[in-house]
Amino acid sequence: MKALILVGGYGTRLRPLTLSVPKPLVDFCNKPILLHQVEALVKAGVDHVVLAVSYMSELLEREMRVQEERLGIRISLSHETEPLGTAGPLALARELLNVDNEPFFVLNSDVICDFPFRDMLQFHRNHGREGTIVVTRVEEPSKYGVVVFEADSGKIHRFVEKPQVFVSNKINAGMYIFNPSMLSRIELRPTSIEKEIFPVMAEQGHLYSMELQGFWMDIGQPKDFLTGMCMYLQSVRQHAPDRLRTGPGFLGNVLVDPTAQIGENCTIGPNVSIGAGVVVEDGVRIKRCTVMKGARVRSHSWLESCIVGWSSSVGQWVRMENVTVLGEDVIVNDELYLNGANVLPHKSINESVPEPRIIM
Amino acid sequence: MLKAVILIGGPQKGTRFRPLSFEVPKPLFPVAGVPMLQHHIEACAKVPNMKEILLIGFYQPNEELTRFLVNAQQEFKIPIRYLQEYSALGTGGGLYHFRDQIVSGSPEAFFVLNADVCSAFPLVEMLSFQKEHGEENSFVILGTTSNRKQSMNYGCIVENEKTNEVLHYVEKPSTFVSDIINCGIYLFNPDIFQHIGSVFQKNQQDMLLEEPTNGWHRAEAIRLEQDIFTALAGQGKLYVYKTHSFSWSQIKSAGSAIYASRLYLNQYHTTHPERLASNKEGGPTIRGNVYIHPTANIDPTAMLGPNVSIGTGVTIGAGVRVRESIILHGATLQDHCCVLNSIVGWDSTIGKWARVEGTPSDPNPNDPYAKIDSETLFREGKLTPSITILGCNVTIPSEVIILNSIVLPHKDLNRSFKNQIIL
Repeated sequence: MKALILVGGYGTRLRPLTLSVPKPLVDFCNKPILLHQVEALVKAGVDHVVLAVSYMSELLEREMRVQEERLGIRISLSHETEPLGTAGPLALARELLNVDNEPFFVLNSDVICDFPFRDMLQFHRNHGREGTIVVTRVEEPSKYGVVVFEADSGKIHRFVEKPQVFVSNKINAGMYIFNPSMLSRIELRPTSIEKEIFPVMAEQGHLYSMELQGFWMDIGQPKDFLTGMCMYLQSVRQHAPDRLRTGPGFLGNVLVDPTAQIGENCTIGPNVSIGAGVVVEDGVRIKRCTVMKGARVRSHSWLESCIVGWSSSVGQWVRMENVTVLGEDVIVNDELYLNGANVLPHKSINESVPEPRIIM
Repeated sequence: MLKAVILIGGPQKGTRFRPLSFEVPKPLFPVAGVPMLQHHIEACAKVPNMKEILLIGFYQPNEELTRFLVNAQQEFKIPIRYLQEYSALGTGGGLYHFRDQIVSGSPEAFFVLNADVCSAFPLVEMLSFQKEHGEENSFVILGTTSNRKQSMNYGCIVENEKTNEVLHYVEKPSTFVSDIINCGIYLFNPDIFQHIGSVFQKNQQDMLLEEPTNGWHRAEAIRLEQDIFTALAGQGKLYVYKTHSFSWSQIKSAGSAIYASRLYLNQYHTTHPERLASNKEGGPTIRGNVYIHPTANIDPTAMLGPNVSIGTGVTIGAGVRVRESIILHGATLQDHCCVLNSIVGWDSTIGKWARVEGTPSDPNPNDPYAKIDSETLFREGKLTPSITILGCNVTIPSEVIILNSIVLPHKDLNRSFKNQIIL
């Protein structure tokens, strides 16, 4: 089976992290975002993944060769040289997707959840129509595209984009299954799948929705990245608790790479992920943070709701909070206070940032 | 023989020192580990022929003041008496009111010092200077150089550069007059009372002519600066002895107490090297000038300084960082907390990993003549970032941040605060 992952472009909402690596390769709980998705697809029987990208990255290409080998599948890159919207990339990859008569998956690269790919396939075969959209329930639907459907069958009536009044609390979760025949609906030009393709399919009774069980998050920006991390770690606790680190000094759900070192008298967690080769010195308190590979957090510091980028160094007696994001190789000097600071790569911070701002 | 008079003010004065002045009269607030007044008394007691120190102010006699005086007399072996004004008489009025006490014993000269200044107290030098300049009974003001902009916050002195005579004196002018400012330390002799007396007479006459007004315009209320110095300038009687700028500061607000501590701690290298802590085996890491009272209990993994004073019975836990701060008696700083640019009140507690931080209001380090600002508390409707002050018996919970805030005594906080006064 095949899958198309809509990777898109520069991932600007996840800067400064995406200034160093393309978004699919940003580590989420110690594994590149893309790999969470690809591994789940492979488990569901996918043997060919197509990445729809609008900017070509050598780094991404190289990493995909490695994963091809490792997973024993084929990974292609479909490069749109001009913007094609949300549907156009499917048309661009038509040759790759239309090979046999099997349905193919399409997913948004920012989505994290308990990927239900086998259930999707089952559900899709059962209704026998052209398309299935996964929907999920959210608290604030007006930020998203809302789906209105028949409760028992899942047959979709219509879509409402960012509704001002309450219509439904089920939104498009960014995961689909289509029959190759639907590709003929899409021309090779900038096309919006939500505005131009789906409404027609729904009208013709060819679009069904499957409700997602469990957590869901769009981790395309730092605040949501951290929220998604909390949800994912909770899911790990339910399905594979041995992966989490427990014991004195560890609270709640904490994921620590085996090559990381944690000092004495630290209190780590809840909701922390610590990457490979990270060094956390004595007396450190970390809550609700992601610490990327190779970073160092020096003694007596206090971190809450932060992302510490690869190889960064946080000094002694530093306090960081409120979605402070350090890009790659950032140095934060001793005794500083960072509140909501967004720090670009290779920067050295010598002054406190008491109110949220961007440090270039 | 010589005497010294220290003007210590009273509770209505020094409101900028709240909330610290709720617990202790401002002149007794510890600066660089010892009460503010003690620096003055030590300096006076060292002057040869100093026979008596008089304190003039309008504090009601209280336990702390009395106890301080008793201890000081014993330690410095010199009579020290407190003369209480019956009401606020101004910087000159108190002197005049107690003139008999001051001149009893016929001192040749006497120093007058304001309690709320921090200085190297070059008293012996002022004495030699007085003998070499002007008439036999001339008076001397200690002066220092300020920068143009800040000079207008002080008493400004225009001097004859050759003779050092004070030609003109204006207190807090609204336009630039001179960058030489009054340090609040004077050398007088009994002749001064003639001059104060004539101002007193004049005030009484004026009062008879005018409608009765409230408090400040009593005849007995005389301000040395506006009423006496201004009149004496240019008459060949008043001279200025200039001292180095970096060894003098006013102590008006709590923030300036930290700056004054820094000056005194620095002076300890020459005056009291035994008061400075050093790096020892099994002791905390010391950076720069730090005072630690012998009864304080400090974990060896803590790092203190520069410019830190630790009071009696203070407990400092593992991995604590204190910098540019004053920690008052009985306070407890728990593991890994960080205290920067703050004053932590008596018996307060700071929880683990908490951060207590203020903003220094130090003078511009690039300007050798800049002085500490007497900042207003609010500017454009917002609290001006300044030193964080915790009053006595305040509890700060773990892991919070208290930034640029003032916390009144006996308060138990339960969350972070920034840029606020917490009642």
